Amino acid sequence: MGCFIAPAAEAVVTTIVKKRLDFKEVGEDGEIKIECKSKNMFLRRLNWLNTMLWGGSALLAFEHVWHGEVVPWFPFLTAISNPTDTAQMLAEMSTVGVSMSVFVTAVWAGVVLVTNSIEKAPMSNIRVAEGGARK
Amino acid sequence: MTLLITVFASIISTILWYINSERNDLRLGTLSLMYWGAALMWFVDAIFEYVEMGEEFFTPPSSDMLNDGYLGLSVVALGLMIWLVIVITKSSILKQSLNK
Repeated sequence: MGCFIAPAAEAVVTTIVKKRLDFKEVGEDGEIKIECKSKNMFLRRLNWLNTMLWGGSALLAFEHVWHGEVVPWFPFLTAISNPTDTAQMLAEMSTVGVSMSVFVTAVWAGVVLVTNSIEKAPMSNIRVAEGGARK
Repeated sequence: MTLLITVFASIISTILWYINSERNDLRLGTLSLMYWGAALMWFVDAIFEYVEMGEEFFTPPSSDMLNDGYLGLSVVALGLMIWLVIVITKSSILKQSLNK
């Protein structure tokens, strides 16, 4: 009924965090480059999570419009007009919605860990080739 | 059906992103991440539905399947439209032509 609201709320938080960490740099060619201040691998890849959460929430919101659960006029969620439906909607948001947020975040964290290990792999190979000990 | 169509859209867009990895201006990574986000969310939704319905989940009535199929295709179309708007608004070619 309103399960997409939980990932959308997480997307708002991650967007704010990302905005605070980013700084703009103007290159010699006048092109604006956005860099992340943090060295943390998860914070540096926060844009991936942002895109997944915003994109997923938008497409899920469309599904809710399709099923008539979201309307373009106040109060936007049809379940709010009936107390029984409101309780059901809140229960769904706290179970399905939160599970969606947790699952998407867990998959993102896994992808970041794998990407980070792939990025580090060539460096360790170079050390071995140069005669250094591989830990 | 919606989940299945979105998963296929995610896989196809990821393959396209991989093939065109040199072309950042196409922003195919954004498109694939958008579809993956939706597919993962619908996967969780499907698990909850399966727990609730049991085996019935795998044998939906044909009218529901048709409706879900239409919804899946509409979702893919909406994702493509969002991606197109992002590509056009953030394109350097557009900025250059507007500055002329």
